[in-house]
Amino acid sequence: MENQDQTFEVMRACMLAGKIMLQSGAETYRVEDTMSRMASAFGIDKTHSYVTPTGIIFSVEGVGPERTKLVRISDRTTDLRKVAMVNSVSRRITSGEVGLQEACKLLVEIEEANLTYSFIIQILAAAIASGCFTIMFMGSWLDFLPSMAAGGIGFFLVVYFHRIVPVKFFAEFLSSFFIGMISFFFVKFGLGQELDKIIIGSVMPLVPGLLITNAVRDLMAGHLVSGLSKGAEALLTAFAIGSGIAAILSFL
Amino acid sequence: MIYLEQLITSFIASAAFGIIFNAPRESLVKCGISGMVGWIVYFALDTNGFGTIFATLMASFLIAVVSQVFAKAYRTPIIIFSVAGVIPLVPGGLAYDAMRNFVENDYSTALSLAAKASMISGAIAVGLVFSEVINQVIRRSNLGPVK
Repeated sequence: MENQDQTFEVMRACMLAGKIMLQSGAETYRVEDTMSRMASAFGIDKTHSYVTPTGIIFSVEGVGPERTKLVRISDRTTDLRKVAMVNSVSRRITSGEVGLQEACKLLVEIEEANLTYSFIIQILAAAIASGCFTIMFMGSWLDFLPSMAAGGIGFFLVVYFHRIVPVKFFAEFLSSFFIGMISFFFVKFGLGQELDKIIIGSVMPLVPGLLITNAVRDLMAGHLVSGLSKGAEALLTAFAIGSGIAAILSFL
Repeated sequence: MIYLEQLITSFIASAAFGIIFNAPRESLVKCGISGMVGWIVYFALDTNGFGTIFATLMASFLIAVVSQVFAKAYRTPIIIFSVAGVIPLVPGGLAYDAMRNFVENDYSTALSLAAKASMISGAIAVGLVFSEVINQVIRRSNLGPVK
C-alpha cells in the first residue's frame, strides 16, 4: 500500500510542476520532458503525458493499477522566473539532492509565490520598450517621448481592463483603441511627428510575440494540437490589436 | 552613428521586455545582449539588401546560438534568453501595416503584407529550431564534447 501512495505523491508533484510551467508560458516539449524526468528520478520510468495549452493529462504505470490524472489550465501568463525555478527544482530532483516530500513543498511554494516585478516597474519597462521600438523602426527621436507615453498607458490599460473584463480580447481591443487615440492626439497637437511610427512602437508590448514563435515551434516539434491552439490565441490577440487601431484610423 | 543608436535601443528594448516577461533579475542584461546581437544582424543584413526574410532567419539563428551558450553557462532554460531576444524581430509593424491597409480597403497590399508577416514569423521559428537541431546533433554524435 505504501508504494501505491508513493506513486500518487510522485504524480502530484509532476502535475504541479507541469501546471506551473504551462501557466508561465513554457514550451510544450519542456513541460513533457520535465514531468517524465521527475517521474523517472523517483523510480517511475513508464509515463505518458498529453500536454495542451488548456490542460495536461498525465498517466503513470507504477505499482498497482495504472493511474491517470488531469489538470485544467484556464489562465496563462508569461512568467519566465517561475519556469526557471521549476526547472532548477527538477534539476535538483534528477541529481538526487531533493527528496519527494521536499520537492512537493518547494513546488507548492513556487506556485503560491508572487515574484513579479512591481506594477510600476512593469509599466516603466513597457514605456521604455515602446520608445526604443519607435527608434528601431526608423522613427525620429522627436517621437520617442510620445510613444513612451502611449506605450506605458496602453500597457497599464490592458492589465487594468483585464482585471475588470475577464475576456482577454476586449481588454486588448480597448487598450489598443486608446493607444491609437492617444497617438492621434499627440500628432494632432504637434507633439509627435509620424502617427505610424508612434503606434507601431507603443503597440509592441501587447504583440503576442512569444505565442507566435512558440506556436510555430510546437507545430514543428509535432505537437500539432498545442501548436494550432497557441496559433489561434496569437491570431485572436493580433486581431484584437489590429481592429482596435483600425477603429481609430477609420474615424480619421 | 545609426548603428550605435540601434545597438543601444535594441539592448534596452530587449531588457525591458525581460522585465515584462518577468525574467530573473540577474538574466536581464543577458536578455538585452541576445536581443542586441539579433537585431544588429537583422538590421545590417536588411539595410544592405539581403531581404527581410533571410535577415530574420539569420538573426533568429544567432539569437538561438547565443541563448544556448547563456543557458548552458548559467543552467537556466533557454526560453528566458531566446524570447526576449526574438521580440524585436516579431513583425508587429508589418502586421499593423497590413491591418491598416485592410481598413483602407486596399486588399491587395494588405494581403501581401500579411503574407510577408507570416513568412517572417515562420523564419523566426525556423531559425530557432534549426540551431536547436544542430545542437542536438552535435550532442548525440561523438564529435561533440563529452557530457
